[in-house]
Amino acid sequence: MHLKPFLLSAVNSATSGGRSYHLWMASLSLIILAGAYAYSVQLRYGLGVTGMNDHVSWGLYISNFTFLVGLAAAALMLVLPAYILEDVDFGRAVLMAEAVAVGALVMCLSFVVVDLGNPFGSWHLVPGIGYLNWPRSLLAWDVIVLNGYLVLNLAIPFYILYSHYAGRTPDKRKYLPWMYLAVMWAVSIHLVTAFLLAGLPARPFWNTALLGPRFLASAFTAGPAFMIVLLYFIRHATKYDIADRAFSKLALITTVAAQINLVMLVSELFYKFYSPTEHGINARYLFFGLGEHHALVPWIWTGIALNVLATITLMIHPLRRNPHWLMPACAVLFVGIWIEKGIGLVVPGFVPSPLGEIVEYTPTWVELGVTAGIWALGLFVLTVLVKVALPIELGDVRSPYLEARQPTPIVRPRSARAGHGKVRPVRTR
Amino acid sequence: MTRDSTPDKQDAQDGTMLQKSVDRRHALKVLAGGLAAGVQAVSACAPLSAASDEEREIRVLAWQEYIKGNYRFMTEAERAETIARLERLAQLRRGEDVTIQTTGAQPGVVFGYAFNISKCKGFRRCVEACINENNLDRRADTQYIRIFEMEDGVINLDEADATFQHEVPAEGHFYMGTQCFQCADPPCVKVCPVKATWQEPDGITVVDYDWCIGCRYCIAACPYWARRFNWSAAEVPVEEVNPNQHYLGNRARKTGVVEKCTFCIHRTRQGRLPACAEACPTGARVFGNLLDPDSEIRWVLANKRVFRLKEDLKTEPRFWYFTD
Repeated sequence: MHLKPFLLSAVNSATSGGRSYHLWMASLSLIILAGAYAYSVQLRYGLGVTGMNDHVSWGLYISNFTFLVGLAAAALMLVLPAYILEDVDFGRAVLMAEAVAVGALVMCLSFVVVDLGNPFGSWHLVPGIGYLNWPRSLLAWDVIVLNGYLVLNLAIPFYILYSHYAGRTPDKRKYLPWMYLAVMWAVSIHLVTAFLLAGLPARPFWNTALLGPRFLASAFTAGPAFMIVLLYFIRHATKYDIADRAFSKLALITTVAAQINLVMLVSELFYKFYSPTEHGINARYLFFGLGEHHALVPWIWTGIALNVLATITLMIHPLRRNPHWLMPACAVLFVGIWIEKGIGLVVPGFVPSPLGEIVEYTPTWVELGVTAGIWALGLFVLTVLVKVALPIELGDVRSPYLEARQPTPIVRPRSARAGHGKVRPVRTR
Repeated sequence: MTRDSTPDKQDAQDGTMLQKSVDRRHALKVLAGGLAAGVQAVSACAPLSAASDEEREIRVLAWQEYIKGNYRFMTEAERAETIARLERLAQLRRGEDVTIQTTGAQPGVVFGYAFNISKCKGFRRCVEACINENNLDRRADTQYIRIFEMEDGVINLDEADATFQHEVPAEGHFYMGTQCFQCADPPCVKVCPVKATWQEPDGITVVDYDWCIGCRYCIAACPYWARRFNWSAAEVPVEEVNPNQHYLGNRARKTGVVEKCTFCIHRTRQGRLPACAEACPTGARVFGNLLDPDSEIRWVLANKRVFRLKEDLKTEPRFWYFTD
């Protein structure tokens, strides 16, 4: 009975805002349109307008895909403590994390679709009318886990928001089992994507048991780092209060994950270079170049330098606790992981080719345009979701059918449990 | 040749079928088929019929092609229908008069290939023959075969040159060709998310170009770099098109799909040699039926010291190298 006003008020929330909000959304829309134009060029002339070729057959699109799967999975790091360990401080951040997951998944799926040579044949994947090669193909697994994770991350927040909108306390028995599932699912989307690459003996650069764990470590670095920046922004731009302790916990998670990520990088480097074998040649290309071919060398060392710099900053307690250091460190870490786990992971798998031929890769304007468009799309989706969720969580927006009753500010999903939470001062401005 | 329906036969069949009471799906199919056949008949009588009719026919045929299934799971009738459509489309779109076979694997045949490193002199006649035979994209210069030039003494592909442009054979060098090795346990087949590529009973790994979605996972999975992608629209001059085609072989490929060497499936399933083996002037290429104990390939395997590339990957290539 509250569904229609819920949707109407959602549209209303998403379309109303201050000058800077409209400016932000307009800029994103412009970039999306530019990306759509670039994609239309690609649709007309084929993937030949990209920098990819028979040697480097995956490029910028799949690089962003592998990175963003990690961002999507990072919601786990907030959902897990908030709902399952009943951590009070994370309660308010969880819905934001799920919005990030949805935005990231939209980007992931878009990057996969734009990478397809025959996107109109996508229906061939649908069991019944097509043939999904499950369980043999890891790509079939990825199709399932990504779409499943998207559904979970849309359905759970919808239920919670809708309950709050309707003035009800969400029923734990209804959503908690799904929450558990979503947590396991988050690990799975990341492992499956790692296995998709690690399962190819043809590509020794990826064919390592460490790839799955490295994916997880880098995801739990980049994901919470992004959340810290996002929550910091929300806390300052809106009256939605997020406890300091939530930031310190998130920062700690980020720091530990960044350290583990670096340890794994060192393991990888040791394994590839202490006793260099034939299988290490792609790593040699990436880190040191082969002859006159060294396009990725400055790229990867920039990434590593950013990672190390940010990790050291985060390891120093006073700096980590100071937002003026924490925020830039998180941003730098995010970019560093994007370099390392995007192009730095995908492209060297193809150079040199399995037959030893070296062809380097440079993205074209079409690829850059489409990529920018998809990032803008993801941020657009994220902004809309946050914009819709915030007023409901703040108790500002409630179903008109509840007018007779006093609106109760319900902000935490665990609020039903008495004696467990503690009252925090609500900031006023 | 197993093409079992000429347009005339198709017409007759459709005519009788319309008399019967048929289920909806079948009826739709028959109607669509009849429409296509009808338009075909009209345009056959009047070759200079209005362009709009042809455009309409192309649209109808293209739509039917779009909604068709995976070749591997098609019935014989469905295969005949798509062949008729594809042949007609080749004519309408490019003015090509092609014949597309659906010849299946012959019983008791598994194909194998052996390459004599001592004999190959790097002429690359095989590459040329392959391009012509398989209607490979001339603009992108797609090639299934790579001939690697290596210095005498050591077989190392990393040090080899596949782009040599000088007189051959070069002093102090030897040559080694690669192409799809038609692995017995192909990693490319396993990874395809839509079952658009598979191994036929005679050991040839094929691609249904119309079912492929172009994700290129198979290209990443192939340890021998045997697969090629149609990055842009393929260009083959009409006068150079080889009209003897196979659905799973050298027929026209769409933009955005993967293709590969099929051991010239349209030739070898009719008992002929692949174009590369036939074109080789030095006799370096030995092709035959591995199940035939009297074949030359079996003689090579039994009497020469053979090896395969990257045996450690356990893909079991059906392509061996040997020396005199």
